[in-house]
Amino acid sequence: MKAVVFERSLPRFAAARLASTLGSGRGARVAPLRLVDADPPALPGDGWHHVSPVLAGICGSDLATIDGRSSRYFEPLVSFPFVPGHEVVGTIAVEATGADHNPIPAGSRVVVQPVLGCAARGMTRWCRSCREGNPGNCEHTSLGHLRPGIQIGYCTDTGGGWSTAGLVAHESQLYQVAEPMSDAGAVTVEPLACALHAVVAAGIREDQVVAVLGAGTLGLATVAALSHLVDRGALGQPGAVAVGARYEIQRRLAERFGADVVVAPDQLGRAIRRQARSMVVGGPAGARLTSGADVVFDCVGSSESIAAALEIVRPRGTVVLVGMPGRVHLDLAPLWHREVHLVGAYAYGTEALGAVTLPTFQLALEAASAMGTGQLVSATYPLERFEEAVAHAGAAGRRGAVKIAFDLRSSTRGGRR
Amino acid sequence: MTPRPGFVLEVDGSTPPTLLWNGEGFVLERLPEGTRVIYPPEPLPPLADPVAAIRDALEHPVGGTPPLRALLRPGMRLTICFDDVSLPLPPMRAPDVRQMVIEQVLDLAAAAGVDDVVLIAALALHRRMTEAELRHALGDRIYEAFAPHGLLTQHDAEDPDNLIDLGRTAEGEEVEINRRAAESDLIVYVNICLVAMDGGHKSVATGLASYRSLRHHHNPTTMRHSRSFMDAPSSELHSSNWRMGRHIAASGVKVFQIETTLNTDTFPSQFAFLQRREWEWSLRDRAAYAASAAALDAVPKRIARQIFHAIEAPHQMTSVQAGEVEAVHELALEHIWRQQGVAVEGQTDILTMGLPYICPYNVHSVMNPILVACLGLGYFFNLYRGKPLVRQGGVVIMRHPTRAEFDPAYHPSYIDFYEQVLTETTDPIEMHKLYEESFATDPWYIHLYRTGHAYHGVHPFYMWYWCAHALEHLGRVIVVGGDTKAVRRMGFSPASTLADALELARDVVGPSPTITHLHVPPLLMADVR
Repeated sequence: MKAVVFERSLPRFAAARLASTLGSGRGARVAPLRLVDADPPALPGDGWHHVSPVLAGICGSDLATIDGRSSRYFEPLVSFPFVPGHEVVGTIAVEATGADHNPIPAGSRVVVQPVLGCAARGMTRWCRSCREGNPGNCEHTSLGHLRPGIQIGYCTDTGGGWSTAGLVAHESQLYQVAEPMSDAGAVTVEPLACALHAVVAAGIREDQVVAVLGAGTLGLATVAALSHLVDRGALGQPGAVAVGARYEIQRRLAERFGADVVVAPDQLGRAIRRQARSMVVGGPAGARLTSGADVVFDCVGSSESIAAALEIVRPRGTVVLVGMPGRVHLDLAPLWHREVHLVGAYAYGTEALGAVTLPTFQLALEAASAMGTGQLVSATYPLERFEEAVAHAGAAGRRGAVKIAFDLRSSTRGGRR
Repeated sequence: MTPRPGFVLEVDGSTPPTLLWNGEGFVLERLPEGTRVIYPPEPLPPLADPVAAIRDALEHPVGGTPPLRALLRPGMRLTICFDDVSLPLPPMRAPDVRQMVIEQVLDLAAAAGVDDVVLIAALALHRRMTEAELRHALGDRIYEAFAPHGLLTQHDAEDPDNLIDLGRTAEGEEVEINRRAAESDLIVYVNICLVAMDGGHKSVATGLASYRSLRHHHNPTTMRHSRSFMDAPSSELHSSNWRMGRHIAASGVKVFQIETTLNTDTFPSQFAFLQRREWEWSLRDRAAYAASAAALDAVPKRIARQIFHAIEAPHQMTSVQAGEVEAVHELALEHIWRQQGVAVEGQTDILTMGLPYICPYNVHSVMNPILVACLGLGYFFNLYRGKPLVRQGGVVIMRHPTRAEFDPAYHPSYIDFYEQVLTETTDPIEMHKLYEESFATDPWYIHLYRTGHAYHGVHPFYMWYWCAHALEHLGRVIVVGGDTKAVRRMGFSPASTLADALELARDVVGPSPTITHLHVPPLLMADVR
């Protein structure tokens, strides 16, 4: 059995960071990432189960880690070596009790909610966030009987999805996948959960103008999440959902998932001005909107994208950081002057939709099925071709793809979908 | 020497290459043998004494109107309206005909003791003219006498305080025009009829109207039923304007119409070869062509654009007539047809044309892709009477670089139209339904139109509607040498050479097509029989 392992190596981090200047995902060949023979990780304790991955996605945060672009903020929150892969659909060999406390028969497909909160860490006293059903905000991330790791895929003890040896997950992390859902659909549940969590947190009201910056997996999942919540009656119909999409496949999927306006990223400001009926101040060199979008989802997380979000959000509007940011350089004058709410949206927890509350993952399973987010998966690779897979993921849009995943069912399977 | 009429040449083995406009430049193309090339008539001789002719027209109006001096009296409100920067093309050498006519009108007004005189540029939803353009059109003397006192204004179709609702026509069309003009004792409208579309009731009913009023005829349905809009009796655009014009007259608004026509002396001497027939090019013409083509190739496009937009046409006045609107316009049309009419036998499968650097809406500016479409499929396609030059289901091949360049000051809504409307639909009816109102009422576009030099937010839609008849009529539109992405976005087919374009066209019209080339500008009107 094989696993892709990420190790601590400062020279290789530096080399990967340098290589990544040539493009996202280009650091894979020099990063401290290698394919090794591996055994299944040991079960850390009661309530833990082995999961054999079927598909495991490559996420933007994985690429940032491989390319050495992740924030150093995360250093104490991970343990080395670790097997990446937190977007996972797999099977369990032994019957388990799922996160919803219902039994999951042996042989069932599951998706893994990868956050390692108080339940998974075996904490006897749970933090306030976990007590409230929000393990994404767990205050005990590096404590308990597990080594540090905010999620499966960043923790030495749990393994990760990029492995045919499998991973271990606590029963509080397991959600059964109903039969009609494809594996591709299931592997998008994790990013869709992130998007749903962000959209619910934004508190969008009817007729508001919403902008989505970035149309990779997270951006498109955000559009799908918006549409699903509107369809479900959990959100009022926005006045317009405008998306900045660079590539044709992104444009097509954004429209399919319900975006009203899809434009090139450099035209998003113009589109928002039109939708918000905004005026403009300043000359061509420094033109700014006087109004703007009520809510902007930044699904990129770069200095440029956050700055762009601040340019198109209305006074007292909200910018939600959905994509993982790092150290950024920003002019915060507009944020201060326009009293913009800049909020983070990490992972998942429990969502309150009117009188109903439910785990984000449960909502995401429902949304993935309803919206057909399996179409986000463009290609799969066998583990042996991990360097190619990572490079493909880094250049996904340019190469007409969105989500790249590993197919762990056989070491030789994989291909375009 | 008597100017020669228009001419239809059939290309044979001895025909030299034909000049095609190509934006801010031109190329020589060898057209296939058998191609018909329609050349415009040579410029008619101008009026020997235009000032005397103007005075005579004001003294002897047509259509039962008394002489202008008899309509002027102390204490009256007089409003002189004039066509904007979109006419003529290229802008004419000073003195502009507007200046010549308005000076005579003002002399009569002064002699009659009329104090309350206001000048209005009748620009409808076009951009406001710059000071330099106003000075050029009116002359410094008029500008200095009126502008500093706020008496030289530009029609503002979005100024609720200066619009007046005159009710509806029998067809239910809302008639809303400039209040100052409507409440004047007399409107003197000074017009330049460059093409047959201009003038008549369109002058006041369009030039001084609001969006609310204009939308009744500036829409895709009307334009599809204007065949062509250069031929008023067959043009629903004109029928609607005529209904409105008659309604305006019935509302008590008095219009004294002055229409001028120009000859087709379009280019200055250094570009004289542009209006000569290629087989008659002198050595000097050949040298001028070679030098111009080489120089334009060598300089940056920005410089080439500046060179062309600095051209002032040596147009001269061929007629001036004044009086009642319809009677005046009849006479003006006769002069236009005498200058521009060319008899053409039968339609063609493929119509080719080279598009120049200028159309009515990019004077001193960039010809963006929407204006390229409008010039080719709106204006040039419609230069006919009777039947379109190209048959139903035929192909138009246009030559133009068609760069996705826009002037953000003059054409702000065009950028959004290009990025947000054309990416969704190129169907005039659909865009009219889905997008027009939101562009027309966009407060930012309205602000830029009213305070800057921007075309109204709805204007790019009108340009696309101008193409509606052609888009419905044609089997394919091909652009040679255009930016591929821009061409495709408009729903047209790109081709890198004319030969490639003809190959593409044959897929639509068959292997042995008839080809006709429209050799404009200078302008012509094809009388297709």
